[in-house]
Parts: sequence; structure tokens; C-alpha cells
Amino acid sequence: MTDTTEPRAAPEAIEYAPAPESRAVARLQSSYGLFIDGAFREPIDGTVFKTVSPSSEEVLAEVVQAGPRDVDAAVTAARAAFDGPWGSMPGRQRAKYLFRIARLIQERSRELAVVETLDNGKPIRESRDVDIPLAAAHFFYYAGWADKLEHAGFGARPKPLGVAAQVIPWNFPLLMAAWKLAPALATGNTCVLKPAETTPLSALVLADILQQAELPDGVVNVLTGDGSTGASLVAHDDVDKVAFTGSTDVGRRIAEMVAGTSKRLTLELGGKAANIVFADAALDQAVEGIVNGIFFNQGHVCCAGSRLLVEESVASTVVDMLKRRLATLRLGDPMDKNTDIGAINSAEQLGRIVALADAGVDEGAERWSPACVLPEKGWWFPPTVFTDVSPSHRIAREEIFGPVLSVLTFRTPDEAVEKANNTTYGLSAGVWTEKGSRILAMAERLRAGVVWANTFNRFDPASPFGGFKESGFGREGGRHGLEAYLDV
Amino acid sequence: MSEPRLEVKKTYKLFIAGAFPRSESGRSYVVESHDGRFLANVAWASRKDVREAVVAARAALSKWSAATAYNRGQVLYRVAELLEDRRDQFVAAVRDAEGATQRSASAQVAASIDLWVWYAGWTDKVAQVAGSSNPVAGPYFNFSVPEPTGVVGIVAPTDSSLLGLVAVVAPVVATANTVIVVADERRPLPAVTLTEVLATSDVPGGVVNLLTGPVDELAPVLAAHRDVDGLDLAGAPGEAAGALEAAGATNIKRVARPAPVGFDWSKDPGTSRLLRFVETKTVWHPIGI
Repeated sequence: MTDTTEPRAAPEAIEYAPAPESRAVARLQSSYGLFIDGAFREPIDGTVFKTVSPSSEEVLAEVVQAGPRDVDAAVTAARAAFDGPWGSMPGRQRAKYLFRIARLIQERSRELAVVETLDNGKPIRESRDVDIPLAAAHFFYYAGWADKLEHAGFGARPKPLGVAAQVIPWNFPLLMAAWKLAPALATGNTCVLKPAETTPLSALVLADILQQAELPDGVVNVLTGDGSTGASLVAHDDVDKVAFTGSTDVGRRIAEMVAGTSKRLTLELGGKAANIVFADAALDQAVEGIVNGIFFNQGHVCCAGSRLLVEESVASTVVDMLKRRLATLRLGDPMDKNTDIGAINSAEQLGRIVALADAGVDEGAERWSPACVLPEKGWWFPPTVFTDVSPSHRIAREEIFGPVLSVLTFRTPDEAVEKANNTTYGLSAGVWTEKGSRILAMAERLRAGVVWANTFNRFDPASPFGGFKESGFGREGGRHGLEAYLDV
Repeated sequence: MSEPRLEVKKTYKLFIAGAFPRSESGRSYVVESHDGRFLANVAWASRKDVREAVVAARAALSKWSAATAYNRGQVLYRVAELLEDRRDQFVAAVRDAEGATQRSASAQVAASIDLWVWYAGWTDKVAQVAGSSNPVAGPYFNFSVPEPTGVVGIVAPTDSSLLGLVAVVAPVVATANTVIVVADERRPLPAVTLTEVLATSDVPGGVVNLLTGPVDELAPVLAAHRDVDGLDLAGAPGEAAGALEAAGATNIKRVARPAPVGFDWSKDPGTSRLLRFVETKTVWHPIGI
């Protein structure tokens, strides 16, 4: 912890009594099988590994590292379901299954929130208020599309692709599963879902929900495991569609693997979003937006506002306000309902964040973090702000995927656009100003798939999400999200 | 008595940034008609010419994508007007290249002209068809609009020297992208002549750039170029297409795979090519007093 001088006296920290959520509602099993063809199964050639809580390092459960023959079994089951009941089912029937799933997620939302927080390390407040409700909303939204596809603008009788291989990240485990499964199922595909190595549990609870929903066997299969499981899934010959959310490096390798095949591909990759604050912005609101933009979910967000571009005339004011606000954030037990900043998801990710933050110092940027005590067990990183950052610094160019903000300044709107677009990524951007015409002009010129004006990190199933440039291609959410799973 | 007039022959050059340079390499190759007659020594573009063309396409992008959709429609319609004006010339060029009958060549040229008209009319409608206002569950105005992918490399079809070319180029520039086209290697002359129409049709320099030369030499450079955002492999040979797509992964290029062999370029194009190289941008803004 590097505490430096406060710009102004921080407000007296308010003492809160701990308000821990009960972990009993998670009903965790000591071990989980693979979910293939409608049932939990022992692996054929897989092995077993442990998933741990990033906030305490305790073992939560044993899960399977699926092997190539397990992958083959899952794809075979998905193919049979596509050629069988699911492929010929009327859309209105598929819709009802999706509505059921949405309701079951709502019914089991507290359990899911606790599982998510235990396995991922994110604050319970976020899994309870954001991840789980949005996952249910996503199924609810796409349920309604299943019997209306002929009205979606993709031709009179749009056809599904077949078997979809879906590989998802660890930052929003259940929500990413919903983003992948809901549109794929609505359009009549069958799925093999591979959750991230470090966060397999909520996808396994979801598999239990699919059983409760009586979804036909094989329509959704869940394979736990690491990158090698994902690679054999993507490479499987009987897969028609690959959808991946994760890092740009892995996305690039997947694009190379899929090249020359008939597999369709959509990618949702990394980001290095600029959050642009003009001098005329409502600064109190902007500061809240900056905090939400980079410290939501410990910065483990591909669209995080990791580069603050602030107009030079208000830069020191904004940085002072930001530091005062950060001093009030509460870092600690993710299961405590008062917690703002939870644990870093894995030791490996913490290592990456530490290395990049150290590079920031080495390259001459000024590092600051509020006074806060890091728990002894688990993986933690304090909210961190770098000032005196130049666009060539690694912390201004590379995705950190952690609670680290780089502050840069600009003098003119042109310079702001130039700096914001000066990145290989193009996932999201933020603009803060009270001038409407400037918002629209900036939104037009920013090369990013999502532009938040006077807000940040908002998500909705009706709102298309996805990147420009090396942040990937294809959209998830909204009518646009159907296209990724239709033969168009 | 005057002597029989000696015809003045045209030099077929590259089209880069609105100008007609020879290849910087000084190389050329022989293009013959369908029945083996010498037609021309065509510029044999080099990898440096590819890079120059990418620079030109990138430079032209901001102005072309900032032009109003109405303005782009006017420009594309102007292309159709000038093509109509030079119809006979294109019919002759297609006949020379492909050995088509007069009737077939005329139909192809007519269809090419009509395709420019079709896409001219799309420029100011595509955002209404592909965009949306999205009913999010909160006090936000949320809308999505299609924007150009950026600089797109195109490997032109090899089975249709004019119509196939127009069918892949017009939709991509209609949505405000800029392009670098590798022409059909064996039958590039209708494509080169088309660039002369583009140069006089108010299409800003650099919006369309055309390279002639060996596809197996030029396409890999285009596919691996990090300042190219999209790749249309319409005419790429099947065995090479996978390697080109893999090279495109370097910077996550959007890739359109080769058109099926024997594809009928005269059929109703629908919107699939029009929407192939667009990026959906979604903007959120709070609603409040």
C-alpha cells in the first residue's frame, strides 16, 4: 500500500458493522461432473481440479478438466439435439423454455449471487444487483424473439447455424453464459458452453436450472476446464459456430484456428476505453462515472474506462475529487454487503496487474492509492490512479483488467478524439459534458462499439454490445445479437 | 489519300489515391483476350504499391465517412451515369476479356450500371434498416447506428470481370468504407477502365484503389496489413483463402469468405454485402430534467 499525501482531508470514514451474506444458500456440492446430454457425468478422459475462492483461497469444490473425448461427447450430444427435438421445435415452444429459464434464474437469484461471489471474488452487491438480474433479463429478452425471427430483418425464414461452441471469461461468469446461450437457443442452435477455468460454478448451477426447466437433453452442454478444453472444443470438426469472449491474444488464436473452415465466428475481446471529461461536465456526476467506469468489478471489465482523458483546465480539480471519493471505497470481504471492491480473481491475474502497475512507475508515471488495508489471505489490489501518464506508457496502451486508472489530459475536442482513438482496441468510450451537440459529435467520431454519454458501464439485453477494431466483431444483445447465430 | 489511321492505345495503370501511377517496381505483365490476342501490358503491382494504396485508403476514410449519406448517394449515382455514357466501351471490354456474346456482355454492363443505382439509393437508408432505438430498462435514450468498418481489402471475383467487381465494391463504399481492390489477374482491363469512370465521378481520390498483378503475391500483403480493417475474399482461390483469413487474424480483420464457385452475380444482391463491413455503434444517454 502506497499512501501519499491527501489532496484534502478525506471525510471521516464511516464505520459500518459487517453485513455478511450467508454462504449456506450457495448449497455448494463438494464435486461436480460435466453436464452432457442432460445429465451430470463423470469424465471419460478428463481429470479433476479444484476451484478456490479468490478472497480466502479456500477450496470451494472439485470440478472436471474436460478432455478431448469429453469434448467429443458434448458436441455429439449437441448435434443429436440439433438434428432431433430442438432443431424441429416451433419457435413458440423454444420461447417457453427460455422464459422458464429466466424465471428459474430469478427464483434462485440469491443462491446464484452467492455462488458467483464465492467463486469470482466480486462484491455480493454487484452479483446480486447486476450479474444475476441481467442474466435473467437476457433470457427473458431473447425468449420473446424465438417465435418472431421472421420479423427480425434477416429474411423470411432465417435458419440457425447448428452446434455453437461458446467459450466465456471469468469476469461475469453467469452473465456471459446468458449472453451466449440465450440468443443461440432463441434462434434454434444447440450449445456447448465452456466456462472459465477459475469460475466454473455458476454455469454448473445453471445446468441444474436447465434440468429443472426440462430443457431437452443435449441442447446445452457445460464443459469445465482450462484453455486446452476450450481449444479442443473450438477445433472440433462438428462445431458450426464459435463464440468467444476473452482476451485479444486468445481471440487472435481462435480466429487463426477457425480460418479455412466453414465455422462462423464472433469475438468479444479486450478494450482500453477512454472516459473523456470536458471542463463543462457536471463534475460530481463525472467522478461517480469515472469510479464506476474503472473500479466496478475490480476493473475486470473489458469495456472498463481505464484511460481518463480530462480537459486540462479541470484536471487537477477532477483528480482531487477522484482521490477524495476513492478514499471512501471499502475494500474487503466480497460477501459483505457494504463492500465496494472485492478480490482479484486469481493469483495469475494479480500478477499481471502488479507487473503493469510496476511498469507504470518505471516509465515515470505518478502512482497513488488511498489508504486501505488489504486482507492477508486471497488476492487483492488497491484502487490505483496514475497521473503524469503519457500515451506511450504501457499503462495507457495495454489492457490491465484491474482497478488501475491512467489519467491523461487534453486541450481541444480534436485532441481528445485523437487520443481516445489512438489504440488498437475499440470496445467502449465515455463522454462527459453538458453540451448536447458536443456529445453527439464526440459519439460520432469515437471508434468504439459502445459510447456512454454522461453515464458508464450500463448494460441491457436490448442494447447491442461489441467492439470495433481489435476488440472483436459481432454484437451481443438486441436484435443485432440474433445475427451471430443465424445463417445470414 | 490519307493513310489508314493508326489507333492510339491506352496504357493500363494502377489507380491509387485518385491518380494513375505505374507500379513503383516498373514491372508489367501481358494480358490476353479470351482467345489469346495480346491486349495490353498491365502494371504488375508490388507490395510497396499495396502499402501505398492502404495509405491512400486510410487517408480518404475520414472525409468519405463524414460525408452525408445523401452526398454519397449522389456520388454513386454519378458513377452509374458515367458508366451508362460509356456503355459500348464496357461491352467491348467485357467481350474481349470474357469472350461473352454481345447480348451477354450488354446484359452484364446493364446490370453493373443498375447495381450502382441500387447502392446509390441505399446510402441514406442503411442506417434506418440496420440501426435501431433500443428500449432499455432504465431512464436512458439508447440508439444503435451502423458505421463503416474502415479500410477494406477486396480480392475481386475471377468469374465476372465487371459485374462481379461492381457487386463487391459498390456495397462496401456505399456504407462509407474505403477499399483496395486486387483485380482479377487474368482479366483486369474492365476493372482498370472502371477506375477511369470513378476518377471522373466525384468519388474522392483514395476511396477506391485498384491494383493489378498476381493475386498470390498481392493478396497476402493486403491480408497481413495491420492498417486494413476488413477483407473480402470474394475471388480468392479456395486453397489460398484459409491462409489469407488466418493472416487477417493479426489485427482481428472482419473477413468475408470466397463467393461460391459459379455464383450468379446478376441475382438480387439483398443486403448481405451491404451490411458485411459495418460496425454497430450503440450510444447511451440519460433521460432527465
